[in-house]
Amino acid sequence: MQAERDISYADVNRDVVRSLVETGSKYYITLAISVSVMLACFFAPWFYQLQYGIGAAGMNHPTVWGTYLASFIFWIGLSHSGTLLSCVLHITNSSWRKAMYRSAEAMTLFSLMVAVTMVMVHLGRPWFIHWAVPYPNQMELWPNFRSPLMFDVMAITTYLTGSTIFIYMGTIPDFAAVRDRTTGWRHHMYVLLSLGWRGTDTEWHRLGWAYTFLAVLIIPLAVSVHSIVSWDFALSIVPALHQTIFAPYFVVGAIYSGTAGIVTVMFVLRKYMNFEHYITKLHFDNLGKLLLVLSLIWTYINVLEIFTGWYSGTSTEYEAIRYKLFGYYAPLYWEMILFCAVAPLLMISKRFRTSFVPMLILSIAINIGMYTERFLIVATSLSRQYLPDAWGIYVPSLVEISIMVGSLAMFVTLFLIFVKIFPSISIYEIKETLPEPEPKTQSESGAPEWQPTL
Amino acid sequence: MSFINDFLASWREYRRPGYYEKFDYAWTMSIDLDRCTGCEACVTACQAENNLPIVGEDEFAKGREMQWIRIERYWEGEYPNVKLGFIPMLCQHCDAAPCETVCPVSATYHNQDGLNAQIYNRCIGTRSCAVYCPYEVRYFNYNNHHWDAPLDEQLNPDVSVREKGVMEKCTFCIQRIRQAKDQAKDDGRRRVRDGEVQPACVQTCPAEALVFGDRNDAESQVAQSMNHPRAYHVLEELNTDPSVVYLKKVGSNAG
Repeated sequence: MQAERDISYADVNRDVVRSLVETGSKYYITLAISVSVMLACFFAPWFYQLQYGIGAAGMNHPTVWGTYLASFIFWIGLSHSGTLLSCVLHITNSSWRKAMYRSAEAMTLFSLMVAVTMVMVHLGRPWFIHWAVPYPNQMELWPNFRSPLMFDVMAITTYLTGSTIFIYMGTIPDFAAVRDRTTGWRHHMYVLLSLGWRGTDTEWHRLGWAYTFLAVLIIPLAVSVHSIVSWDFALSIVPALHQTIFAPYFVVGAIYSGTAGIVTVMFVLRKYMNFEHYITKLHFDNLGKLLLVLSLIWTYINVLEIFTGWYSGTSTEYEAIRYKLFGYYAPLYWEMILFCAVAPLLMISKRFRTSFVPMLILSIAINIGMYTERFLIVATSLSRQYLPDAWGIYVPSLVEISIMVGSLAMFVTLFLIFVKIFPSISIYEIKETLPEPEPKTQSESGAPEWQPTL
Repeated sequence: MSFINDFLASWREYRRPGYYEKFDYAWTMSIDLDRCTGCEACVTACQAENNLPIVGEDEFAKGREMQWIRIERYWEGEYPNVKLGFIPMLCQHCDAAPCETVCPVSATYHNQDGLNAQIYNRCIGTRSCAVYCPYEVRYFNYNNHHWDAPLDEQLNPDVSVREKGVMEKCTFCIQRIRQAKDQAKDDGRRRVRDGEVQPACVQTCPAEALVFGDRNDAESQVAQSMNHPRAYHVLEELNTDPSVVYLKKVGSNAG
């Protein structure tokens, strides 16, 4: 379909296996840089913070949550598009999904992992994080089942498990394809990973059934995860956080930033993994349309948030809105509006949607804007609560900024390792979109003579 | 099957009407804003009683001072007709406390005295309770604190010193309440008498603006000040059902 007609089944195998086996010096240099940035900017400051205490970050008395939590929401949000989008497109039979879904799902997985790490960074005593998990113990101590944070733990672990199974299961036939074309330690690894896949009809049938089942299961799960993350805020009685719109607001925001993230990753894969034949203008066009719609919904919810605050008629809500629009953090607010509400309107033009570099720049801008949004949700609301005596300004410290950069490097590192182990575009589903090769010999009925052994 | 019986027994107990509202004691503080001079003696007394750290200049500038009770100052009117009002702000020991529902590990809970208790050992430092608290009276240990040489010997042995990464807040001097209850039990009495237990801040207040007692005891001083016409709760509209009663300052809107 979208792939150009001149590629054959063999080309797909060759291209994908090449992306796994042939590793240039560029890759190693990038990997070395991202690993060292991760160690220097994430783990070193975190180690320091574990020694010193959360005081290494800039949080203070009224604003006890900061960029760590903003990063957590950001990464959870980024995780949203991958698997969710892949599932929705799978059950709606959108074949343009096939070239991009594998890397989109990987994005889900890795951003979830980074998000969980951000929770660890956020906690005052992360070495006790297992207390938030309901496990049977001698003291009969359980977590607090009323707590939205506890819901979070459940939702995120479920989503992480579901997404991991989903991406792994969808890759089994590809592992088998790669297994048959590799040698040495790679061959042994893929033998294990492919779980003895032989490509029989029964296997294909079961895979298809299980895959659709999981896709249907994961869609409500993904929606629930970010709704629950929003309840961390909405269930409080903090002005500007205590809003019923928060769950859809977070879900839309999550899908929005996640889709922008997919555009960024698509661009990089296309450019540096030589997948020009597979990831085409069509993908950018479709993702652009999706982004445009999401940006409009997101803008609508933002307007609504201000409206409900105004309509509540309470002084605390007025102050929260006034502070958000014109207070200390106002430049960030207007930057967010520019990046996430105004700039995406460019995507009305098809010419913009189908040009790669402008789409890359826009997708990065959207994610910067969305990070700002999460930061503002935490910072503006918490620094202005009910008692004016306890108002305060929060500014992130160097440690926090460094960890923010480091978490990005961690994501990139995980992704770089992924592209060398997982076939980053789906071999078998791309083949479904290609014209079938001429069978060498045919029986009278027209079916190929060779039958798979069951 | 004993664990099922245990479970059912506690389930019935939890479902008993009034389990969450009626307590053995209902410790209450009343604060007469007309008497408060804003001298901050209560703040100092609390600091001494509860091993609160002196965070130092840098940490103070970052807004991380530890004051389980603080004096909020509110000015009214334009210069030169300025009125100054003080509101001592401490944990309100809400009976419907937002902080208790949010803690994922139940490190903060409501005990049978109607107190909002904090278990330092259980706290994992999510700081969500401080976000959920509308009174902003929860304080987080951003790092380990230390007391210079002679000062460490004045630490109160009845109160634990908190380590980095845990949340802390006013306990209504729970160590003194425990002591008074033990004393009452040893004396063969069933209940603690009014005025027998006083938190450090109440004990210290020179203007006697702060009064502490059990509101289940209708004769007690706090039970009477609760019915005072000037009595109100701070942020009453949030329905947190606080255990601290303020008596309005006469002729002022501040507070």
